[in-house]
Amino acid sequence: MKKELIELNVNGRTHELAIEPSKLLLDALRQDLQLTGSKRGCDDSSCGACTVLVDGIPMLSCTMLAASCEGQEITTVEGVSEHGSLAAIQKAYGDWGGAQCGYCTPGFMMTVKHLLAVNANPTEEEVRSALSSNLCRCTGYSQMYQAIKAAIEAEQKAVPST
Amino acid sequence: MSDFSIIGKPTAMVDAAGKTTGAGKYTDDLSLPGMLVGKILHSPYPHARIQRIDTSRAEQLDGVVAVVIGKDAPTPYGILPVGHDEHALVTDKVRYVGDNVACVAAVDEATADKALELIDVEYEVLPAYFDPEDSMKAQSDFIHDNKPQNIEKDYHHVFGDTEKALAEAACVAEARFIANEVTHAAMEPHSTLAAFEIDSHTGKPGRLTVWSSTQVPYYLQHKLSLVLEMPMAQIRVIKPLVGGGFGGKSEVIPLEIIAAVAARKAQAPVKITYTREEVFWAHRGRPRTIIDLKTGADKDGHITAVKARVVQDGGGYCSYGVVTILYSGALLGALYDIPNIQYDGYRVLTNKPVCGAMRGHGTVNVRFAFESQLDELALKLKIDPAEIRRRNLLKPPCVTINGLRVQSYGLPECIDKVVERSGWRERKGKLPKGCGLGIACSHYVSGAANSIIRSDMPHSTVNIKIDRDGGVVVYTGASDIGQGSDTMVAQIASEVLGCSLGRVKVIAADTDLTPIDIGSYSSRVTFMNGNATLRAAQEVKKLLIAAAAKKMNCAAEDLVFRDDRVGKKHVAAGDSPAQDGRGRPSPHELSTDGQASVSGRVEGQILRGSLQQKRKDEGPKDAMTFEEAVVAAIDFHGALTGTGSYAPPQEARGGKHKGAGVGPSPAYSYSAQVAEVSVDEDTGEVTVHKVWAAHDCGRALNPVSVEGQIIGSVWMGMGQALTEEMVWKDGMLMNPGLLEYRSPSSVESPEVEPIIVESVDPEGPFGAKECSEGSLAATIPAISNAIYDAVGVRLHESPFTPERVLAALRAKKAEKKIDLTEGVDPTAPTRFREHGGSLWFRGKGPARHPLDPARREAPAGGDD
Ligand code: FES
Ligand code: FES
Repeated sequence: MKKELIELNVNGRTHELAIEPSKLLLDALRQDLQLTGSKRGCDDSSCGACTVLVDGIPMLSCTMLAASCEGQEITTVEGVSEHGSLAAIQKAYGDWGGAQCGYCTPGFMMTVKHLLAVNANPTEEEVRSALSSNLCRCTGYSQMYQAIKAAIEAEQKAVPST
Repeated sequence: MSDFSIIGKPTAMVDAAGKTTGAGKYTDDLSLPGMLVGKILHSPYPHARIQRIDTSRAEQLDGVVAVVIGKDAPTPYGILPVGHDEHALVTDKVRYVGDNVACVAAVDEATADKALELIDVEYEVLPAYFDPEDSMKAQSDFIHDNKPQNIEKDYHHVFGDTEKALAEAACVAEARFIANEVTHAAMEPHSTLAAFEIDSHTGKPGRLTVWSSTQVPYYLQHKLSLVLEMPMAQIRVIKPLVGGGFGGKSEVIPLEIIAAVAARKAQAPVKITYTREEVFWAHRGRPRTIIDLKTGADKDGHITAVKARVVQDGGGYCSYGVVTILYSGALLGALYDIPNIQYDGYRVLTNKPVCGAMRGHGTVNVRFAFESQLDELALKLKIDPAEIRRRNLLKPPCVTINGLRVQSYGLPECIDKVVERSGWRERKGKLPKGCGLGIACSHYVSGAANSIIRSDMPHSTVNIKIDRDGGVVVYTGASDIGQGSDTMVAQIASEVLGCSLGRVKVIAADTDLTPIDIGSYSSRVTFMNGNATLRAAQEVKKLLIAAAAKKMNCAAEDLVFRDDRVGKKHVAAGDSPAQDGRGRPSPHELSTDGQASVSGRVEGQILRGSLQQKRKDEGPKDAMTFEEAVVAAIDFHGALTGTGSYAPPQEARGGKHKGAGVGPSPAYSYSAQVAEVSVDEDTGEVTVHKVWAAHDCGRALNPVSVEGQIIGSVWMGMGQALTEEMVWKDGMLMNPGLLEYRSPSSVESPEVEPIIVESVDPEGPFGAKECSEGSLAATIPAISNAIYDAVGVRLHESPFTPERVLAALRAKKAEKKIDLTEGVDPTAPTRFREHGGSLWFRGKGPARHPLDPARREAPAGGDD
């Protein structure tokens, strides 16, 4: 298939890519931009390991064409850490055992980032339902809830409410 | 009261940041210049002879660099020395739908996929066997010519006099249990990258480097050497991050060999990554198991005898099968005190994807049956289910009737803890209608005492190097697959050396750099590699002690190494360690005395002369920094190194009977669980609300990880209990995807309360035993016993799906079974969303299904 030139805005930088129109966003990120943080875990949009934010909304990058994302802001797990340091949620996932093998973790990072962006203080019920878009085979999810709680507390400490 | 500075503290994994930032590399994240993509052609038939393969059309396709088939690497291999029955690519027959026929290496995935369609294969379809009990009756067309009746292996063990004991028992329960097939479904699909380099002396392809998602780099190196006919020294296996294994990466998986064979022929690096569907075909999961179980007890509930006949549906090749069937029998012992055991185990070949080792290898399904039956006995004898378990405890130290040595035994405490936390005494039998509590126990090995490749070599060896910079480098063959073994190794090394965790760097699982370790399986790593690390650290510490004692002018015994400082015993320990964000002392921070640490490092590296001068002026010291001790020791020895290794003791290696090698372990973990469930009597749906899981792990080296392993095991057990099941239709897997193979999501997962019990094993590193597998086996029977408590039906077949629960409920009320498939096209899938994956969609699949609506006629002259 003939390649086309597209512009992708990923983690605040614009990249010019020559790709087949049929190329999936996940493959463009992993193969063309070497942003291998987003993972492929399934063939049928069922695992969430490939989750990225497109204009702030969690999307399955394995189910989107890269070319369809032109002009949109894509955030991958590589764009989560702040000023070269771990974001609170990343630190908390490490401290509380939210990541074991870590293969699902990039997807969860994006899902949780979005959850906390729209709901700064989710109930456990809300956390569970938000996380159900992603599969993890190691943790049984429990320690993720603790991590999310800890991250919220850390954020609140860092930004005292007025 | 133990006093450790690192051990026992909740510690983030040393590689956690790489995982949460996406910077950590898994195999599929790697690429090399000129790398090709490999794609495998799989068999659409469950059992067929290959008459002819024509790859010429595929080879001519633009972008295809090489096509490999069986004859490119005809040496057979297998993970067990007794089971060398696999080939990189089949040479004569395919034995399951998904078996490996050919591989294309091409410039990209699309080209490789297209090329697969151009390979012409002519099959002679053979009669196939799908049910193990049928397969055992086969008279012809055996799956492997040297395995008559398709029996891979059978074992018949008798310990004591079971018949007599059963005849004399006050109470006997007997039933058939079936546990259906489940698979690991690790989130990372298997991936392998293989590359040859040209030898400078011969000018020909020389050394091979393989990066692979493996739990066992050493075994992979060994089998690659066998199949490629290369010396092991010419092969380097590197394990990058691995996205979960659970046993599914604990043996050589076909793509690992195929990638190397393809790279050799293509003369370029080749990477193969399985699709999720291929992961299901590669499988190696827990076999469907049929268990006929009979247990006798005296009137007080003491178990007097157990008789088990176990049939496992092993799939098309041996894999770990011989070990699995032995574990099923051997682990009837070592949990309770059972004086008479009879075991008949059959590992049977069928034309389905291969079963192998999966978390709780061999013990899980039999434990489900046993613990369910124990509940029945308790009911008949009117003894509380928790109490009947207490009455059958072992009295360690002891050796069980089947030759298993038990030393540390935290089971009594585990039972007490879950009984207490769950409110068992107050709540059991008093919950509202449709709700119930169930209890069950389990145990598991902390590594097999006998390795699968018989030899006298230690099971683990670890090297430690400390150089002038005061950095500690640990070289370990342990394979971190997400369970946190790198962190465990770092913790042990830093605890022994008395240095901060931040000082320790772990280089792991690279066969060029790290000494042999036989891998991450049978929960052996903490116990065995941990012990090797402990010994290596003690070894290197001797050098530090000698040098420090001299500098400090005191006896070696008076020295204390802790928190990056060397002090004398009578001098009070230095300032308290830093606190981390969780309000606990942080083992990550380097020495709190930042000043000393920095100057020490500078002095150590550059200003050695002035440091020596300073030391001369100072005379003997009362305390030193870790770096100063290192520099002092290096002044005597040069760079410091220490080696430690571990081999299980002779006494722990089991009895003398045939098959006695499997089951013995230097130590066993113990688990007790209570599950709380509710059952919807109209739909048959079971909800698990909470599981209290107490696990005796000897000592929790890293409590966060231990709790994570307990929760993860319980959760996976719940998956097998309620939703996970591989569904077959004439050898074709009908649910090869994560939507259809239903691993629980966060909304379906119960709260699990992990309870750590520490029995401090006399031989474990700091007393530690396994914590990653043992809990799984108790969950399934705890749930099934809770269902019985809730609605009074005993489920004999897992998973306990709504259909099965409803059928049992209706049978109890003598109502007619609801047949969901009544009047439905018999060739249609029996369940919502079931299909045979890509084969189904592309209209391929077993020839036995001419009526399948999706199937089109195979083109004449062959089927691709
Ligand atoms: S890779 Fe599984 S949902 Fe995208
Ligand atoms: S941490 Fe392994 S899949 Fe989630």
